[in-house]
Amino acid sequence: MFDTALSAADLWFLTKGAGMTILVTAVSVVFGTVLGIVFGVFRYQLGAIWAAPVTFVLDVSRSIPLLIQLVLANAFLGTVLRLQMSGFTVACMVLTLYTAAYCAEIVRGGIDAVPLNTRRAARSLGMTWAQDMRYIVMPLATRVALPSWIGLALGVMKDSALVYVVQVVELMKSTQILITRLQEPLFLLLICGLFYFVISFPLARFGGYLEKRWSND
Amino acid sequence: MFGYTFQWKQALSKLPQMLDGALVTMEIALLSMAIGIALAVLLTLFRLSGNRVLNGFAVTWVEVARNTPALFQIYMAHFGVASFGIHFSPFTSLLIGITFNNAGYLAENFRGALKAIPETQTRAGRSLGMTPLEAFGYIVMPQMLRIAFLPMTNQMVWAILMTSLGVTVGLNIDLYGVTQDLNALTFRTFELFAIAGVIFYLITKIIQLGARLVAARLFRY
Repeated sequence: MFDTALSAADLWFLTKGAGMTILVTAVSVVFGTVLGIVFGVFRYQLGAIWAAPVTFVLDVSRSIPLLIQLVLANAFLGTVLRLQMSGFTVACMVLTLYTAAYCAEIVRGGIDAVPLNTRRAARSLGMTWAQDMRYIVMPLATRVALPSWIGLALGVMKDSALVYVVQVVELMKSTQILITRLQEPLFLLLICGLFYFVISFPLARFGGYLEKRWSND
Repeated sequence: MFGYTFQWKQALSKLPQMLDGALVTMEIALLSMAIGIALAVLLTLFRLSGNRVLNGFAVTWVEVARNTPALFQIYMAHFGVASFGIHFSPFTSLLIGITFNNAGYLAENFRGALKAIPETQTRAGRSLGMTPLEAFGYIVMPQMLRIAFLPMTNQMVWAILMTSLGVTVGLNIDLYGVTQDLNALTFRTFELFAIAGVIFYLITKIIQLGARLVAARLFRY
């Protein structure tokens, strides 16, 4: 049971897959968060009616399976617009929008959690809107939003397992390739699961710790 | 404009088949949600039991479900257990995978909800002569399910979205699987998947609306 055909080179192949997973996640989370903050503030500032188009797009991104979003984006950019784009670019674009969709909600929740009186106090001290946002809202909202944001980043990391449909070889796909070759599904899947767990679990725990540490009660 | 001719008519003619697939998708999601809630309640009980083995089992389940991709869990249910000579059909594998995921996330939601229910209520129930299980079942659980209703709705939406992963283990009767097969026949990738996307969006909206109606009916004081 314990002898396996898995070689060091194969393990390196898996590690490279994990690296790709982290790269796709990092790019998407960085751009997605920036976009999400913009959308979140936009949504908060404009109110439900004027921000409706943005809300709709973000809502669609949360209500359609990621697999379909990836296939659609790939088909639209590749076959309809005839753009020569790598799978990596498409994957990052879709995941960025996906991250932004969830991040906007988190940002809005964070801004909502800042007491209005605090902000009025800031404005009555002569702070501009930007100063109020930068020095009052941001520090307070971050406290509320950061634990959920960590959860979101980990969610994106796990969902990035789906980017195999646009020919990106990340951890899940490389495991699949090895399974096809070595025919040891259980063992390889356990290693793959361990990779994901090792990346995700400490961060998830850190998020839980922050949530407990920063809660107001 | 695009140098690409959209063939919506051809794609739309496949709509009945796709709607049949949507029914299967909803069936899987509802089943996985029902079993998932039952398992999550059980896991919550395990955590409350104070028994180290049961608690460890529940914690392991929750952490694995929350820290690995759903795709991995479905692969495990299909290809992983096949190493033990157990072969599930794609439908069963997908159902097991999603149910495992649902139960893990829901158990964590329930744990959060439990914090909002004062310990004194259990003690009051116990002092009225209820057994621990009765106190949980009649006093704590109803409140827990009420507090966790919104996260449960979100999980239901995720269950719908996760059914699209069935295609990776060879399921071709759900909405995504049907669309994939039609795509292989007609190559109208964009049109077909756009229609599938609209159907998924509508299903999600119906669930969210339905949940709101149910909540208004169930949770009035």
